[in-house]
Amino acid sequence: MGYAKLFVPPRLSPRFFHVWRRNFMVWRKLAIPSMLGNLADPMLYMLGLGYGLGSLLPQVDGTPYITFLAAGTVCYSTMNSASFEALYSAFSRMQIQKTWDAILNTPMGLDDVVLAEVVWAASKSVLSGTAIVVIIWVLGLSHSPLTLWIVPLTLLIGLTFGGLGLVMTALAPTYDFFMYYFTLVITPMVLLCGVFFPIAQLPLAFQYVAAVLPLTHAIALVRPLVQDHIPSAWWLHVAVLVAYAIVAFYVALVLIRRRLLT
Amino acid sequence: MLSLQGVRKSYGNREVVCGVDLELRAGECFGLLGPNGAGKTTTLRLALGLSDPDSGVIELLDYPIPQRAREARVRVGVLPQLDNLDPDFTVAENLLVYGRYFGLAAAQIAPRIPELLQFAGLEGRADSRIQTLSGGMKRRLSLARALINDPDLIVLDEPTTGLDPQARHLIWERLKQLVARGKTILLTTHFMDEAERLCHRVAVMDNGRIIAQGTPRELIARFIEPAVVEVFGDTAQAWADESGKLVCDRLERIGETVFCYVRDDNRVLATLGNGEEPRYLHRRANLEDVFLKLTGRDLRD
Repeated sequence: MGYAKLFVPPRLSPRFFHVWRRNFMVWRKLAIPSMLGNLADPMLYMLGLGYGLGSLLPQVDGTPYITFLAAGTVCYSTMNSASFEALYSAFSRMQIQKTWDAILNTPMGLDDVVLAEVVWAASKSVLSGTAIVVIIWVLGLSHSPLTLWIVPLTLLIGLTFGGLGLVMTALAPTYDFFMYYFTLVITPMVLLCGVFFPIAQLPLAFQYVAAVLPLTHAIALVRPLVQDHIPSAWWLHVAVLVAYAIVAFYVALVLIRRRLLT
Repeated sequence: MLSLQGVRKSYGNREVVCGVDLELRAGECFGLLGPNGAGKTTTLRLALGLSDPDSGVIELLDYPIPQRAREARVRVGVLPQLDNLDPDFTVAENLLVYGRYFGLAAAQIAPRIPELLQFAGLEGRADSRIQTLSGGMKRRLSLARALINDPDLIVLDEPTTGLDPQARHLIWERLKQLVARGKTILLTTHFMDEAERLCHRVAVMDNGRIIAQGTPRELIARFIEPAVVEVFGDTAQAWADESGKLVCDRLERIGETVFCYVRDDNRVLATLGNGEEPRYLHRRANLEDVFLKLTGRDLRD
C-alpha cells in the first residue's frame, strides 16, 4: 500500500454489520458471565463507596454522594467496556486468532472490519452504561426522564473510547503493551475527570488537564441528566466527544492499514 | 483467471517479489513452488489485493487489482497457510458466519453446509467445537470454508503442510475433484510430490523471481537427466571417486549420499554390483531433483 493510500478517508459501508454480527454471535454464547463480569466491578465500587463513603459526606454537588457517584460510574463503566473490547478482545481477533485475516480474504475490506470493531466496542458500552442506569432507577437514585438521554450518550462515549482503544491495539506488539494505556491514560482519567469527586476540588493545573480529557465531557453530560437538568453547554461536550471519536477512529484506521496492508 | 505482469514488491530495502509474471488459465491447477521465504505468500497476497504492488499489473477474474479486489474476491476461495478458523464457533457456525462475509443470506448458506461437510469428510461434526478437531479435520474445514461461496478460483497456501499422509491424500483427492468440476486452483507448496501429483503447470520461485515455468514433465525434461541413482553406504564416496565420476553425467554429494544423474543408467548400474555395498536407489528423475538443482541445496529459513 502506497504511503498516500494509508491516509485515504474511511470507506464506510453497511458491510461492517456482518463483522459486528460475528462478534455479537460470540458474545451471545457467553452473555451472562460477560455481563456479570462487566457489571460487578463498577457496581461494587458504586455501592461500596457510594453508601460507605457517602454516609460520611454531606451532599456533593447538591445531591447525595451515591447519586453523584452513580453518574460518574455510568461513564466509567461505559469507558471501561469499550476500552477492554477495543484493546484485549480486538487484539486477540487481529493478532492471536487471525480472525481479521480470515475476513480479509472475503469481499470485506479492512475499513469494514475496523468500523465493525469500534461499533461493537460501543455496543458493549451501551449495555454496560445502560445497566448502571437501570440500577440508578431501581435504587431510586434518580427519577428524571432525562436519564433516558444517557442511553444514546453511552453509544457516543463508547465510540470515543473504542476508537482510542483501537489506536493502542494498532500499535501493540503484545497484550502487555495495554498496561501502559491503563496506567497512563485510563486510571489518571478516572481520578481527574470527576468520577469520584468534583473536578473543582483539584488544583487548578489539574483542572486544565481534565478539561481536555474525553471522560470529563462524558461526565459533564451524564451527571446533570441524573440530577434532572439539561447539561449546560451540552453541544460543546457532545462536540468534543464526537471530535475525539472521529479523530481516534481515523488514526486507528490509518495505523491498522499500515500494520496489516503493507 | 489471474495474471501478474512485472509485479514487484519491497519491504524496506528488501525486494521480496522482483518482477513476477504469471498467467493462470481457467480450469487448471497451477503450483507455485519455492523454498521458504521465496516470496510465494507475498505473491498470493498481491494477487488477492491484500497488499499493493510497487509496480506491475495484476488482473484477477477480469478485475484490476488492487483497485477492485473486493469485487474479485466474491468469486475466490482462500485457504490460508495457517488455519484461522473461528475458535468461538462450532464447525457449522464457522461456515455460516464466513458465508455472510460474502453477502450470502443464511437461507442460501444453510443448504450448502451439509454438502460442504460431506465433501470435507466432516459429516456428523456440524456441532463440534473447533478445539476438538484434529489438525487434518481443521484443514479440511478450512477448505470447506474456502468453498462456501462456490468460487471459480481457489487459492491454497501450503494446503497440506503439517498433515499426516492420510490427511494429505484426502486433501489431494478433494482438490482433484474440484479441478474435475471445472474449478481453477492456484496453490503454493514446497512438497514436490504434491505439485507433481496435482498440478498441470508449475512455476519455481526463488528469491522473489520465477526461475522456471512449465508442466512438471517439461521441467524434468528441460532441466534434469531422466534417471537418478542415489548411492549411499560406507563405500559410496570411494565408488564416486573411482567409477561414479566417469559414468555419471552429473554427480552431487550431499552428506554421505552421492546423487548420480544420468541419461544412460545401465552404465552406472553396471559399476554398482548387487547393491549390497555400496547400496543404491535407482529411480526416475522427479520434480524435486529439478527444484533442488534450480534452488540449490542450502538450508532456507
